[in-house]
Amino acid sequence: MKELAREPLDLVITGVGGQGNVLASQVLGRALLDQGYQVTVGETYGLSQRGGAVMSQVRVTRRGVLGPLIAENQATAIISLEPMEALRVLPTYGHPEVVVLTNDRPLQPLGVIAGQAEYPQPPKLRAAIEELCGRLYWLPATEEAMKLGAPILANVIMLGALAASGLLPIGAPEIEAALAEMFPDEKMAANRQALAVGQELVA
Amino acid sequence: MADISGLTPGRTVLMQGNEAIARGALEAGVSFAAAYPGNPSSEILQTLADSAEGAGIYAEWSTNEKVALEAAAAASYCGLRAMASMKQNGVNVAQDFICNLTISGSGPGGLVLVTCDDPGAISSTNEEDARFIAKLADLPLLEPSTPAEALAMMKFAFDLSEDIENLVVVRAISRLSHTRSGVVPGELAVGRPRPAWDPKRVITTIPAVPRHQVMKDKLAEAGGLMAAGPFNSYGGPDNPELLIIASGSSVLYAAEAIDILGVGRRVGLLKLGCTWPLDEKLLRKHLAATERVLFAEEVDPFIEDHVKSLYAQHAPELGIKRFYGKASGHTPAIGELSPGRLAAAVSEVLELGHQAVDPGYLERAVQSAGAMAAPREVGFCPGCPHRASYWAMKQVLAVDGRAGLVSGDIGCYTMGVLSTGFNRVNSVHCMGSGLGISSGLGKLGRFGFDQPVISVVGDSTFFHAALPGIVNARWNQADYLLVVLDNSATAMTGFQPHPGTGQLASGQAGAQVDIEQVCRSLGLDCRVADPYDLAATSDALYDALQQKGLRVLILRRVCALVQGRSGGHPYRMEIDPELCRGDACGCHRFCSRVFKCPGLVFDQALGQAVIDEVTCVGCGVCAQICPAGAIKALAKDQEAAA
Repeated sequence: MKELAREPLDLVITGVGGQGNVLASQVLGRALLDQGYQVTVGETYGLSQRGGAVMSQVRVTRRGVLGPLIAENQATAIISLEPMEALRVLPTYGHPEVVVLTNDRPLQPLGVIAGQAEYPQPPKLRAAIEELCGRLYWLPATEEAMKLGAPILANVIMLGALAASGLLPIGAPEIEAALAEMFPDEKMAANRQALAVGQELVA
Repeated sequence: MADISGLTPGRTVLMQGNEAIARGALEAGVSFAAAYPGNPSSEILQTLADSAEGAGIYAEWSTNEKVALEAAAAASYCGLRAMASMKQNGVNVAQDFICNLTISGSGPGGLVLVTCDDPGAISSTNEEDARFIAKLADLPLLEPSTPAEALAMMKFAFDLSEDIENLVVVRAISRLSHTRSGVVPGELAVGRPRPAWDPKRVITTIPAVPRHQVMKDKLAEAGGLMAAGPFNSYGGPDNPELLIIASGSSVLYAAEAIDILGVGRRVGLLKLGCTWPLDEKLLRKHLAATERVLFAEEVDPFIEDHVKSLYAQHAPELGIKRFYGKASGHTPAIGELSPGRLAAAVSEVLELGHQAVDPGYLERAVQSAGAMAAPREVGFCPGCPHRASYWAMKQVLAVDGRAGLVSGDIGCYTMGVLSTGFNRVNSVHCMGSGLGISSGLGKLGRFGFDQPVISVVGDSTFFHAALPGIVNARWNQADYLLVVLDNSATAMTGFQPHPGTGQLASGQAGAQVDIEQVCRSLGLDCRVADPYDLAATSDALYDALQQKGLRVLILRRVCALVQGRSGGHPYRMEIDPELCRGDACGCHRFCSRVFKCPGLVFDQALGQAVIDEVTCVGCGVCAQICPAGAIKALAKDQEAAA
């Protein structure tokens, strides 16, 4: 078992209901557990499935059992499937050294659709996140997923990017093995492609 | 969910809290499990149902939580281990039975009630601490902190129930139910008695007062067995400067707070897994060893209040103590706890001046997120039939012009109080409450009340709690229109089947109960419309609204998510750029401003409405609302053919 970049290694996975963030956290949790780490995956869902912000937390340690919530302002990294959601969690989980990996594709909140609120200009949003983190990966995950024919694959692309970022004590093959435990064979070709695309985005 | 009956004993797996509860029940030899869905509890029964064949048990979705517990009690009376699982609101529904069951006692088979509470109301319309049922009904209460402990506690709970012949309550919370961590499954129980009930045996609460004493004696016996069990423990110095008494997930938050602050040599942690009755001897021992006590529990001060009352009895020998918690304001009286909130509380008590992060950073982050991260309101999914139903109701009530009201209750359609339901719903409380409220409103005419009333109810809620309200309204001739929003699923909690779908928890076919037939059998006028057809639905609504007495309109269209999984919707939506004149139209962006489907957005740069192809499912409803006719629904099959 490799040393962790940080003890505990605390990952926030955030996004909007329906983007597959709970699934991404489960895949990651399985992959890490299979390698012998103690893992706690906290999922927040319920009403939040319906277009609201959804967050999961993956906590990894080589010591004892951890609770379901990451301590405030102590996350190692934030993986966000939507850029505004990355900014939203920074006051609660961020700190000057936190690493942020975010999909760059905005999903407009209802208030923005209705013209009651504004979605920030992407460069402005990017600059705000950059100012609040130690390292930012701004990734076209949805765009790449659409090239693969399914926007939902953005979550697996983000996992590929995370694997290539060097933050995890495991790599893409371990994540692929965990995906294979959860998906039927016919879905695995697309998942493998998505993982590879994600790795290339960060490489 | 998955079949967990075949897991390899001894091999660690990542298991959700609810799955661990289900696995614990299987290892304890549960034979009969019943529940009504409600987050965060729903996965328990679904996991048991998916494992039923493998484990040889029976699992059912019941019509409501009271029926579920009653059915489980029957199995207990016949010697089988049985359980019912529910969310906090379900405990309220089952309460009348619970408060009688505790006097009659359970049977020779262990009987366990699992309640999954929801601090922070993550998936609930109320925030409630259901632990009080244990105090109210004198029942033993166990609170696991981790999925692994939940598994162990379920086994303990069945044994305890058989030892005292009474119901045992296991209380999880969202953060346990929906947390996954490593769990080592044990062996499944083998063999079970053949169920039987000696016809000479009468199980009743009568005579209630002497039996009330029996109930008290059972609780005292349970207290002794729980104190001897493995679920209460202490870690820390012999004479801590501060003692934290914690239960549930708060035990882990407290341990982490101690770790963050580096005060392991100064602060002790008393973990309570058995929280009713409290182990008074253990508590007196730890109170004697410290002068300051902080409570960490969710949601209400359940342990805090009882420990203070215990202290009051023993103050002369224990000396002066200071208590910190909800009453003192050191922990929040509402909402969830967290490692940071507890670290702040400990820091305040010990005057450590701890800061989780540089205050300058925090200020910048709060300001930045506040300025740029627009709120993300929850709402109906793209293609949701409820959006169309509420759209029609909004239009019809406006045309009707008599200040009509809509009362609602619990389900996805609760979001009718929010903007994607056009804030059209005027009241929401609990399952079925809209019908009772409409029954009352529908009798106010004699006092001069002249507003028309619509009551909306979902198809699953119809069977759970609406029937008595409907019969009441029919009998007393209350004047209102009942609209059944039938999306053929218990959608909010994860698409569980219900009597209207006819499918069973196992996936096999049961007997279907037809809502229309039920209504007609009560002598009610009952019509059906498809909410996707806005014109027909509006006509039907308007006509029904003009009638008197109780009448029923069923708006039937399958949940958009269910449809998405079974072949999808028929259309590809498109905006005709020639017809959409954007801000020059005079509609003031009617489609995105008012209709508010996430699949239909206004492109600022283009100055026109556009379909978000990632989000739109192709239900075709928005094509009916554009005043310029610019939104086109193109049939996918015709496009494919062409």
